[in-house]
Amino acid sequence: MASSTLVSLLPQLASGAAHTHALGFAFDRLEGDRVRIRVPWREDLVGDPDTGVLAGGLVTALLDHVGGLAVWIALDRFEPIATLDLRVDYMRAAQPRRDLVAEARCYRLTHSIAFVRAWAFEDSPDDPVAAAQATYVLSGREAAK
Amino acid sequence: MSALLDRLPYARFLGLTSHQEGDVLTVTMPFADRLIGNPMLPALHGGATAALLELTAVAQVALSYPRLRLPRPINVTVAYLRTGRPVDVRARARISKAGRRVAHVLAEAWQDDEAQPIASLTAHFLVAEHDL
Repeated sequence: MASSTLVSLLPQLASGAAHTHALGFAFDRLEGDRVRIRVPWREDLVGDPDTGVLAGGLVTALLDHVGGLAVWIALDRFEPIATLDLRVDYMRAAQPRRDLVAEARCYRLTHSIAFVRAWAFEDSPDDPVAAAQATYVLSGREAAK
Repeated sequence: MSALLDRLPYARFLGLTSHQEGDVLTVTMPFADRLIGNPMLPALHGGATAALLELTAVAQVALSYPRLRLPRPINVTVAYLRTGRPVDVRARARISKAGRRVAHVLAEAWQDDEAQPIASLTAHFLVAEHDL
């Protein structure tokens, strides 16, 4: 379970940087080691103007970011990390004009690498728009890349 | 300028511009403060670089499949090779297999030196109009 210090930082970690703020990312909730963030639907974040569906690149950014939060939760502290790689499978088109939620869990932490899985969906992770598998380098440590 | 990128709201949000030479597009993401993901370094947000790579791949695939309304990504893998510094990023994509239903694409993003990419992308796109 994450400490209250880290939990109180989550809203800032979810949306505090210029890019995440510009995209409208917001902390949603933490349940055990599963963390959720949300991106409200917005016209300028659409990938296909004919359908009003949010851009694939935005989904990738959301999954990358929520994965980072899951790593800090697993570490139970904030420290510099860097995404090493990220694979996203797009299972279906997102529903037009709907907010997206992303949930991530860090399922393995080694001395230098964190392994994460994440999902993006409108209502439930059981019906995902996209799924991601990502690794992060714990760059605060000696073994940084 | 790729007419397709110009039409996509998210490409406009990222400020993407493009340049076509022969059949090859080079897409530029001009530096802007709103692309910063780590204010301490400072460094670009990896999500912005990934989106640039993905949209570059989309635009390059669209050039090869002129009858397709919009290529749909099946999956994308991004490797982050170097920190994205607060300067412009460029990207170029190459179609390694242009199939009837699926296209495979490789793309790289770089800043000052093309030989020192900051990120690379491998992706599959669905290019059959009425497929899943």
